[in-house]
Amino acid sequence: MKTEEQDIQRSAFVRPDSMTDVVTHYCPGCTHGVIHRLVAEAIDDLGLRERTVGVAPVGCSVLAYNYFNCDFLEAPHGRAPALGTGFKRLRPDMIVFTYQGDGDLASIGMGEIIHAANRGEKFTAIFVNNAIYGMTGGQMAPTTLPMQITTTCPTGRDMNETGHPIKISELLSTLTTPSYIERVSVHSPQHILKAKKAIRQAFQNQVDDKCFSLIEVLSTCPTNWGITPTEATSWVEDQMFKFFPLGCFKRPDDGKVK
Amino acid sequence: MNQYEVTFAGFGGQGIMTAGQLLAYAGIAEGKFVAWIPSYGPEMRGGTAYCTVVVSDTRIGSPIVTNPRGICVFNRPSFDKFEPRVKANGLFIVNSSLIDVTTSRKDINEILVPANEIALMEQNVKATNLAILGAFIGATDVVDFETMKNTITQKLGKRKELLKSNLAVFDRGYELAQKHAGQKEKA
Amino acid sequence: MAKVLMKGNEAIAEAALRAGANNYFCYPITPQTEVAEYMAKRMPEVGGVFLQGESEVAVGNMIFGAAATGKRVFTTSSSPGISLMQESISYMAGAQLPCVIVNIMRGGPGLGGILPAQSDYFQAVKGGGHGDYRLLVLAPSTVQEAVDLMILSFDLADKYRNPVMMIGDGMIGQMMEAVEFPDKDADPKPPDESWAATGAKDRKPRIIKSLFLDPVKLEENSWLLHEKYERMKKEEVRFELYKVKPENEFMIVSYGTMARICQTAIDELEEEGVSIGLFRPISLFPFPSTQILEEATKENVKALLTVEMSTAQMMEDVVMAVVGNRPVEFYGRCGGIVPTPEEVKEKILEMQKTYSK
Repeated sequence: MKTEEQDIQRSAFVRPDSMTDVVTHYCPGCTHGVIHRLVAEAIDDLGLRERTVGVAPVGCSVLAYNYFNCDFLEAPHGRAPALGTGFKRLRPDMIVFTYQGDGDLASIGMGEIIHAANRGEKFTAIFVNNAIYGMTGGQMAPTTLPMQITTTCPTGRDMNETGHPIKISELLSTLTTPSYIERVSVHSPQHILKAKKAIRQAFQNQVDDKCFSLIEVLSTCPTNWGITPTEATSWVEDQMFKFFPLGCFKRPDDGKVK
Repeated sequence: MNQYEVTFAGFGGQGIMTAGQLLAYAGIAEGKFVAWIPSYGPEMRGGTAYCTVVVSDTRIGSPIVTNPRGICVFNRPSFDKFEPRVKANGLFIVNSSLIDVTTSRKDINEILVPANEIALMEQNVKATNLAILGAFIGATDVVDFETMKNTITQKLGKRKELLKSNLAVFDRGYELAQKHAGQKEKA
Repeated sequence: MAKVLMKGNEAIAEAALRAGANNYFCYPITPQTEVAEYMAKRMPEVGGVFLQGESEVAVGNMIFGAAATGKRVFTTSSSPGISLMQESISYMAGAQLPCVIVNIMRGGPGLGGILPAQSDYFQAVKGGGHGDYRLLVLAPSTVQEAVDLMILSFDLADKYRNPVMMIGDGMIGQMMEAVEFPDKDADPKPPDESWAATGAKDRKPRIIKSLFLDPVKLEENSWLLHEKYERMKKEEVRFELYKVKPENEFMIVSYGTMARICQTAIDELEEEGVSIGLFRPISLFPFPSTQILEEATKENVKALLTVEMSTAQMMEDVVMAVVGNRPVEFYGRCGGIVPTPEEVKEKILEMQKTYSK
């Protein structure tokens, strides 16, 4: 007979069914792995694995399909919301989620995400914001902070030249169409628990056939930020929070904009 | 008749496209091959809208006809544009209600049809296209008179109150062309 | 079913429904917008999916997502819009997804014009997107043939799990002709469960992708696709001969509406005592190269003439087909100007003079 203690250990250390048993390619200190796990746990908790299809982006998480134990499509750069739209429209009975980084969603795929949100496509978008292009080696992203150094703004992002960081959650929550938009972070255990709740709610909305959901997750990139993993978690709180405040920006039932 | 090509030309709202389509439908009813080709795009917005209908006993080759055997013009810009294009010995039907010139070509058969007046006589201002279509059938017999009337009844029969005047306008156009043919023969 | 008079664009839309393709995504562009308008009305009647996307880029990728369900799906557009869809077309070819794309061509390059043209031949046949891939490309010359080929396109897309493109010039879309359809709407075709993303229940997860970072795997995939294209070359060549006779000295090669115009020129020349044949490719990929070579090398044939509404694109395939055995001449107009039968006749008479010397 299992003891309560064993149960807790299980939930803490056992790999979710929705994840495959492989080592990821992510760098040490990167929080993609944590976010993957939160998504997989949400799918497990709601018992959705066997009817879930994920849509992978182009970026660091291009290989996400290797880590999730469900059907997957690999989209062109930025187009995951269009693939999600096409799939979900034909199979409203299935659960569809896109997993996209900031270059993918907020730069090249800006048109696709805005229109999917505005049409109220009933899929779940997991938007991983780490303020930089990771896979190509640390170039400026639309979410790069002012004066942040990247390989394509080596003296720091000049707002006069390249504008200010785009705040996707705030921007999408201005749309009238009902949706669920929340920004969370995974740099501390406390924040991880809150993020898990939000991601689970985003999938629950889809189960309830309710609305478009987007969870923006602030994520770390020690490799391209050029700092240690520990410093990276502090950087999220000290630097990113100033531009990307956490919180729920829109709920389908209240429609209020924060 | 092996193949007949006719162009209807005028401005938007004169029922140009409908006239052509009615002829095409009548052609199908007689088991003939038909093609209806519109002008499209910005040129539809003003000036001259036109369509060409090809009715043939055999498979239709080119749907594009530079010099059709018949041309029906509904307004002055169409007269100017299409008069030179009528095939030699072809038919040129002119809406004389809106066009105050006549052709100087000696090698074509011109019929003047006061289409707007004819339509007004039947209190059906929108039926100018049927006056012209009537004249066209009267002058050519591309399709049978009865086939054409059945087609009009079928396609425009939804509004019963208008159908009667539509057919009357068509008849008047038809008779005018027949009379014209009779006079030509006498002359 | 009785014959009905229908605009090419609407007939194409209706044909798709008859093929059981109840899923359509679109973006408006002249001269094919009637397909979208027709579908907007018809799709609710058959309980299908109709969606106007925000761009052709998005629409192409909606088709990608939709095709992954294994259900029949299609889109229609015109030249500049088709350019924007090349991204998704390349990905779908790589991921082996079936779908049908219709290009009602207008004059280019760039924004070009809106009148009929055949200037997207290279784009369709040689692969407008990146990578080692081919589309099955079909070109109708009448509205009835557009209906028949549209229905065939879905079968071919399923057979090869490859995008199929039907190309017609603006005239095919805008022209009305009498058409006959199969008796009733086909029931929506059940999705092919053998490869589609249907949920990983009692099986391993399926990944629909074109990404192969391992060069060995990518090469494998490319050769696998190549085998498919070779099979198409064996099984899917389609063409029509018109008045091709042993005594002919010249043969015209022309496709789509242009071929009909050539037919008229041929008929008129016949009346004047000149005998010319027409070779009309219906499948542009696979191209009927062997068959063209066979006809071209018959004893009396002195030369070939390709006639196109472009500046000699298909001609390159004709030249390759005859591998230097016969000269290939060209006549064409472009930008929305359609060659007349008179122009084609004149060109043939000119060739007669040249080659009888």
